[in-house]
Amino acid sequence: MNTDLIFCMGLALLILGVAVFVVGSREPFPAVVGFVIFGLLVSIAWMCLSAPDVALTEAAIGGGVTGALLLVATARLGDSSKKGQKTKTPMGFHGLVILLCVAVSAGLIAVVLTFPEPAPTLALVALEPLESTGVKNPVTAVLLAYRALDTLLETVVVLLAMAGVWSLAKDSDWSKTPLFGYSPEPGGPLVLLAKVLIPVGVIFGIYMVWTGSDHPGGKFQGAAILAAMGILGLVAGVTSVPAVTNAKLRWLLVLGPAVFLVVGLMGFLSVGYFLAWPPGLSKAVIVLIEVALTPSLALMLGLLVAGPPRQLPTSNS
Amino acid sequence: MSTVLDLLTIVFVSVGVFFFVAGTVGLLRFPDTLTRLHALTKADNLGLGLIVIGLLPRVDSPQDALKLILVWALVLVASSNSSQLIARKVRREES
Repeated sequence: MNTDLIFCMGLALLILGVAVFVVGSREPFPAVVGFVIFGLLVSIAWMCLSAPDVALTEAAIGGGVTGALLLVATARLGDSSKKGQKTKTPMGFHGLVILLCVAVSAGLIAVVLTFPEPAPTLALVALEPLESTGVKNPVTAVLLAYRALDTLLETVVVLLAMAGVWSLAKDSDWSKTPLFGYSPEPGGPLVLLAKVLIPVGVIFGIYMVWTGSDHPGGKFQGAAILAAMGILGLVAGVTSVPAVTNAKLRWLLVLGPAVFLVVGLMGFLSVGYFLAWPPGLSKAVIVLIEVALTPSLALMLGLLVAGPPRQLPTSNS
Repeated sequence: MSTVLDLLTIVFVSVGVFFFVAGTVGLLRFPDTLTRLHALTKADNLGLGLIVIGLLPRVDSPQDALKLILVWALVLVASSNSSQLIARKVRREES
């Protein structure tokens, strides 16, 4: 117990230190690297709090996909930020930011210190009807049975975000493919990494989705791993993305949310409510939705990182 | 028997931690990127490998042992590749 406490205290200090480093760093690249490390440390913290599902999501989405997104953004900002255009911050802006941060911190401290004993929990309420859903992982039951509407909206939000990224493309680039904006080095170490890691990663991603109904895991984490493998393939130059006008790509993107919606509407016929699963069949329905969502989510997350369709500038190599 | 296994764990994990500390000191103290990479690989390859060997007698099932070894193998693949990439970039910028 005592060693646990020492470990957690050390972890908390480390998280604070990395957070200060991220906020304090003046260059975008070290800040992003710090942010990824921050995400991984926070996921270890979630493990300490016995929340493996949150830990996996934090590592895959918070550290992984968001980190990749920020890295690509940094690479694109690289040229413009070096031109030395100093943006003038308005008078008292820093003071205002500090004031707001202090207010938020004070509020959080107040909430933590005035926590009722024992802490209020919905865990028992979530566990009680677990039997009827057929799944053994209570987190999956919350995401796809009790609060399926939230998950449906979440996936639609990711789809909308991706449409938003695509809408940044120039009209002339619309038929092109999404590109990072750099040409991969043929025969470099990344090609070997892609060949070794992608098969392992794809199996692991599928396993993560499959095991999600009974153990920690699930479609978002699995899809993030699959997306990471896709991004690795793109960076190494061993895979390519089809043009955003490709019909097959678009069908795959909407497959998951569409299946979710149709199955949800069928709840009207069988039980009488939207997103209500027929008794006895709920596990089958949940697995069907997870399987349908996985390729869509993996593509959405990967394409979010890849960015809008565009043509590589031919001038700089 | 268990004392021998405990001793094995203590020795291997301690030596592994030593390599991590040495790698970190090297990362902080060495003068340029290539020597820093050299120091880091000691932590990844040897340090983590020794810690995994030290933890192997303590696992509950063969699957867990395989998972630990897989973690080490994946870290090896990832770290050797990232070292290569960083080193290539350094060489390209120097030339």
